[in-house]
Amino acid sequence: MNESSRRMQRVLREITTGSALVPVFAILLAMIVGAVMIAATNVDVQETSGYFFSRPGDCLLAIWQAVSGAYTSLFQGAIYNFDAGNFTDGIRPLTDTLTNATPLIAGGLGVALAFRVGLFNIGGQGQMLIAASVAGWIGFSFNLPPVVHLLVALLGGLAGGAVWGGLVGILKARTGAHEVIVTIMLNYVAFYLVSWMLRTPGLLQAPGSSNPQSPPEAANAILPKIFGPGYSTHFGLVFALLATAVVWWILVRSGLGFQFRAVGFNPRAARVAGINVSRMYVYALLISASLLGLAGVSQVLGTVNTGFTSTIDAGLGFDAITVALLGRSTPIGTLLAALLFGAFRAGGYSMQAVNQVPIEIVLVVQSLIVLFIAAPPLVRSIFRLPDPRRIRDQGLRLRRTKKAGVSA
Amino acid sequence: MKLELREITKRFGALVANDRISLAVEPGEIHALLGENGAGKSTLMNVLYGLYASDSGEILLDGVPQRFTGPGDAMAAGIGMVHQHFMLVPCFTVAENVMLGHEATRFGGFLNLDAARDKVREIADRFGFDLDPDALVEDLPVGVQQRVEIIKALSRDAKVLVFDEPTAVLTPQETDELMGIMRQLRDSGAAIVFITHKLREVREVADRITVIRLGKVVGEASPTATNAELASLMVGRAVELIVHKNPPRLGEVGLAVSELTVIDHHGTHVVKNVSFEVRRGEILAIAGVQGNGQTELTEALLGLQKHVRGSIRLDGVEVSGQSVRHLLDAGVGFVPEDRNEDGLVGDFSVAENLMLDRAHGEPFVKAGSVQQRKLMEFARSKVAEFDVRTQGIDEHVKFLSGGNQQKVVIARELSRELRLLVAAQPTRGVDVGSVEFIHEQIVAARDAGVPVVVVSTELDEVSALADRIMVMYGGHIVGIVPGATSRSDLGLMMAGERMTEGAAA
Repeated sequence: MNESSRRMQRVLREITTGSALVPVFAILLAMIVGAVMIAATNVDVQETSGYFFSRPGDCLLAIWQAVSGAYTSLFQGAIYNFDAGNFTDGIRPLTDTLTNATPLIAGGLGVALAFRVGLFNIGGQGQMLIAASVAGWIGFSFNLPPVVHLLVALLGGLAGGAVWGGLVGILKARTGAHEVIVTIMLNYVAFYLVSWMLRTPGLLQAPGSSNPQSPPEAANAILPKIFGPGYSTHFGLVFALLATAVVWWILVRSGLGFQFRAVGFNPRAARVAGINVSRMYVYALLISASLLGLAGVSQVLGTVNTGFTSTIDAGLGFDAITVALLGRSTPIGTLLAALLFGAFRAGGYSMQAVNQVPIEIVLVVQSLIVLFIAAPPLVRSIFRLPDPRRIRDQGLRLRRTKKAGVSA
Repeated sequence: MKLELREITKRFGALVANDRISLAVEPGEIHALLGENGAGKSTLMNVLYGLYASDSGEILLDGVPQRFTGPGDAMAAGIGMVHQHFMLVPCFTVAENVMLGHEATRFGGFLNLDAARDKVREIADRFGFDLDPDALVEDLPVGVQQRVEIIKALSRDAKVLVFDEPTAVLTPQETDELMGIMRQLRDSGAAIVFITHKLREVREVADRITVIRLGKVVGEASPTATNAELASLMVGRAVELIVHKNPPRLGEVGLAVSELTVIDHHGTHVVKNVSFEVRRGEILAIAGVQGNGQTELTEALLGLQKHVRGSIRLDGVEVSGQSVRHLLDAGVGFVPEDRNEDGLVGDFSVAENLMLDRAHGEPFVKAGSVQQRKLMEFARSKVAEFDVRTQGIDEHVKFLSGGNQQKVVIARELSRELRLLVAAQPTRGVDVGSVEFIHEQIVAARDAGVPVVVVSTELDEVSALADRIMVMYGGHIVGIVPGATSRSDLGLMMAGERMTEGAAA
């Protein structure tokens, strides 16, 4: 059997044995639970359920209308709005999805890369805030030519994030401090540091203002819109896609990524093989944090370029963890997961606006997806999927038995 | 009590781990269950101990069919098990460990420790053990800890005793003592099942021998059978038990260690002021009971130990204090003692594991990228050369058998230009067939002029490979003796007895 046909077979086995199906079913399951909650919180359903036993049809109809209405507007708010009449307006939700997905792609990649090295980077918030502040400060306080200004601000932001994350790496490598604790604490430090700077005239605060907000970005520092001024999608998306390719190369093809993965799977064996484990931790956190930095930059120079506050991270540092988990820490998986979550973010607003469905339900659905992903045996037993590990072990033992039989 | 297993079959999915295995153990008999790792011995015992439910077949005690749903049932029925990895709580006393699981209490729920102490003393006296019921288990030597396990089983009136690979952690002397205890137990009427893959022990102590291979009983043998007969039954083909090697052609001194001291992270001196030399083309085997500083010594040779004093010279160049990377590049080949923890990345493919210690540059990484084609070619040739049985070079190494995993490690280390090979427990957990092959490879490296250091706790392996034998005890070198030194002398040295010059030479 040649390599490629064996690879095909492995992909097929992945699909049929369910490990690739788990995320799909997790999403389905979460949507079903979401549907229950939509129905339960719907006013019409509540009213009609009062006389359910005399006229069940009313209640069932109300449930159907509530759920289908909500998910229809979720779709129309995230992908394509059929009510818009023309294509230019109809496609706008999709571009909003892309805008929302942009920082999630970059941030998710950062968390995913750290995961692969065996590190849990919870410091996305801090790294994004520092990166956004540096990029934002460069963006509003200098006057540089087009392109140059943007690139300087971008690189400054990445460097800011990298410093904030590299600090964690150095502390871990030198003193053994656990990265989870250090990153959480640095989130607070970053938040209050940036808050203070935003309140202090002469630092980040807009001149003449008493609000804790920065001045708007200079036109040359702003990430241009990709599809023209009518749509929100900006060039941050291009950088995020570029980052996906780079992270893919690092993890899958590069010697550095090889060492990263070795450390992630088995740090002891990596050390015996001459890999400097501490140094890998520092490198990984540097790269991870600069990816989260990219998420921060895309916020401050792309999505919100009229001046930022200390909530510029918008909780994306934590959503990035969710995205990385859903994407199983692979670059492509993370990209897809980020697009899905971007769609939820975009669609959630229209669900709330059109159907009065609380936006929290979308957040619960998001959380449930990850919860189900984290518990694959649960999903497998609900959908009666076989356990790939067991199949694998059995096949293996059988093969071994056969081989031993031949050699005997 | 007579134990009978009838046609026990245990399947894991499509795999038949135990295929209609029947076994009868009479009271007053030691019945050895002999088989390679993975032959199905442990599965069978787990069925007996109530940990697995068999798919068919029955367990009879004195002719009465039994139904065990857990170890509790098995214990209540009179089956005791001495596990390979002791099931003891280190920070409990002997008496506390013995009562654990069926604690006797007084009025008000207070533990009745006195009863447990009496029980320990009574059983210890019966077998002539010298054992303090109030000693902490963690302070006891391994051999004595095992006796605590035995007492634990006996305290529950076990009439059938199962010893699961009991000698793996013992010195030869402790092994002999254990054999004595087993005979004593037999003479007092217990039925004993002795699981092992060590042929010598089986022939010494067993009354009957059942050999298991691939989940089936392949034959019965009498204790008078030769090692070769037993080995071929176990493996299913004739096995070379002796390593063929020519007299060494000694070259220059390759490795010179002088006054080396290693301090572990507790601040304990685990290797104390050792000095030795290994010439090119020579195998120095380090013998000793597990935990006498051999592990730390080999780790120091690769720069894995942080606090090291003294000097390590490789071809005359001082290398102590250098990084692992530097030492690997300088030509140190290292086969770690625990391949799963230190030698392999289980979730990496065979190919990836073959480049594990060369991920930083040529020949496998160019311009930052892993040279996939080059790696695949290399992996294919090594898999063929070292006879690694695998589904393919992209199979995860964790799915390989122990022997094949070890071949991957050996292949990786021997494929670099070596100036020193350090192999710790090179055949631990490796099937008999692969042992042969691995030994051949080590001898081939020596014949190619590489100085070789082999660490082993198995005397058979030490004797088979060594040109000279260095015995360690308590971090010291007890002595360095010729390769042909007798087992009994080595055994005494392993217990820390220094040979007089005359006896050692």
